[in-house]
Amino acid sequence: MALPKYTEPHYRIWHYFYLFICGCVFFFLIAPLFVIFPLSFNAEEFLVFTDGMKRLDPDAFSMRWYKDMVYGTKNPWGLAAKNSFIIAIFATIGSIILGTLAALGLSSRHMPYKGLIMATLISPMIVPLIISGVAIFFFMAKVGLAATHLGIILAHIILGTPFVVITVTATLSGFDHSITRAASSLGSNPFNTFMKITLPLILPGVISGGLFAFVTSFDEVVVVLFLAGLDNTTIPVQMWTGLREQLSPTILAVATCLIVLSILILLTAELLRRRSERLRGINR
Amino acid sequence: MSSDTQKILSTDGIPLEESLKKAEKKNKIKAFLLVTPLLLFLIITYIIPIADMFSRSIDDKMVTNMLPKTYKAMEQWDGKELPPEEVFEAFYLDYKILVKNKTAGRLQTQLNYEKNGFKSVLKKLARKQKKFEEGNYKEQIMKVHKRWRNVDYWRAIKRRAPAYTYSKYLKGVDMYSNEEGKIVQVSEDRRIHRILWSRTLEVAFFVTLFCFLMAYPIAHLLATLPMKYSNLLMICVLLPFWTSLLVRTASWMILLQQQGLVNDFFVWIGLVGDDNRPEMMYNKTGTYVAMTQILLPFMVLPLYSVMKTISPSLMRAGKSLGATPGVAFFKIYFPLTIPGIGAGCLLVFILAIGYYITPALVGGASGTLISNQIAYHMKSTLDWSFASAMGLMLLTGVLVIYWIYNKLVGVDNIKLG
Repeated sequence: MALPKYTEPHYRIWHYFYLFICGCVFFFLIAPLFVIFPLSFNAEEFLVFTDGMKRLDPDAFSMRWYKDMVYGTKNPWGLAAKNSFIIAIFATIGSIILGTLAALGLSSRHMPYKGLIMATLISPMIVPLIISGVAIFFFMAKVGLAATHLGIILAHIILGTPFVVITVTATLSGFDHSITRAASSLGSNPFNTFMKITLPLILPGVISGGLFAFVTSFDEVVVVLFLAGLDNTTIPVQMWTGLREQLSPTILAVATCLIVLSILILLTAELLRRRSERLRGINR
Repeated sequence: MSSDTQKILSTDGIPLEESLKKAEKKNKIKAFLLVTPLLLFLIITYIIPIADMFSRSIDDKMVTNMLPKTYKAMEQWDGKELPPEEVFEAFYLDYKILVKNKTAGRLQTQLNYEKNGFKSVLKKLARKQKKFEEGNYKEQIMKVHKRWRNVDYWRAIKRRAPAYTYSKYLKGVDMYSNEEGKIVQVSEDRRIHRILWSRTLEVAFFVTLFCFLMAYPIAHLLATLPMKYSNLLMICVLLPFWTSLLVRTASWMILLQQQGLVNDFFVWIGLVGDDNRPEMMYNKTGTYVAMTQILLPFMVLPLYSVMKTISPSLMRAGKSLGATPGVAFFKIYFPLTIPGIGAGCLLVFILAIGYYITPALVGGASGTLISNQIAYHMKSTLDWSFASAMGLMLLTGVLVIYWIYNKLVGVDNIKLG
């Protein structure tokens, strides 16, 4: 954004001030994440930058907390990670199936009461999590699914489907329905048409919705706090208890792993978005 | 075409209009069937439980069920003077059963809420009632404790007769219905809930404002920069968006602690003395800073998607017609971004008003919000009906905002990334 040569000085100053403000905001957004990286390699037990770290002394850094995360005695992270992945994967599969079906129905122009149904399907995203947590807890306790994996998976399907519905409906909004009609006129049955024509085209939307559902489940703590027993603890619940009791560097090691995971997810989501735009012929 | 034209027939001899209608109906059902699984799932596991919170919040059958005979006998009693002998007898019989089943404690607690000092009176009755003789229960009960002669205690029992109550909602705004049945405020030093409501609104409002002020310039920059730079900068917005909430809260806990980097920086530039580091966590400051950073992407993304559609030639046209950049911005650009501002502000406000995790971790006592109170009653005091009532009051507020949001932008216009 170079300024033209004829710009008057006070606009020039204003422009640099504006860039400075933007820089500060970007710094505010991204910098906190990078505090965690160096501190997770701290050789000491404190959560501050030691003098050794400031001098970049190699002795001040260590893999100690990562070892503690994996091999530590009585460490909860192994079980928590296993639970988190199991719950998130099944919740994602459930969300994708239910959400994609619903999105297909919703984007049909024959759908009655579209607005009302859409509002209902999106509601778990809007209702404050604490209220969802209370309501889902009452339901799961009533049907005897509290403190079970299945209960938490169902709860996360509730919270994850809105994202799938939104992303798949968005992908379908640019969808050319004459292709499916062409397929059926050539003798394909609806199931084959869906598998061979529709699904490959909306796949980027489905996967990015699935990513949202996965992250929602993987990061969700409020509802799990209500539902989980000792055997169902997940990574976020462990972090929550850890942060409440005392901030230990082991948590920072876990947090670093989570940041790396979110970078991977971000890259996948970006690639998918571009592919989807290319497939739908949107060039911006 | 003349008016008496034959109806157009399809190949199988059915009027075309009819067969089209049939096909449309079939399509409608097909579309609806696709939505049904999710809709049913949500209604059963989510919508009905939320509605069920309402019946839980007004439910007051506990006392009603414990004293069935008493309330039957009390129907005739006007509450002005001491109740007649039948009421005393019925109460004695009900209470005897409760003592035998060892559930009298619950009644004692419940009635003590209505009238202070009821517990000891009932406990004494539980011990003495074993020696009661048949007949003339009024005399015998009144002999156990002189407070049974006080009509207020009987009125307190009568107040719990209805199976439903709205008292939990009154409690949520620091009010209660007093002994005469009038709705009054609790004493000034105990009005904690109103403080929490106003603090929640205040925090949500200011977090929205801060997010808006910070998001507007960067959304503008992202929308006007060439693609290859803006894509790179977009990562700064999207990476926090995809990162775990707890990770981001943890990083703020490290930064804001007394020996943390922010305080180090303040000391370094000489703003505060080394021995006088301000407390920035476990109070409202911590809540504001952390929530603003966490919710900022939700403001940037809607603003960006609106700004992206505004053609830069509009501003150029304005300037070429003699507007200064400031005038061109406020008369042309800003009004065009209002849909995005509305979407972003409402989204952030809705999310902020129900926030739980971050205030609980960095908020301390003076930075907690209404959600924390709901969680406290769910987990610690186990007053689930009160938690439900508070939850529904919060939900009503959020639904009103959601409704406005829907009117202004439409839920189907939500964009993610």
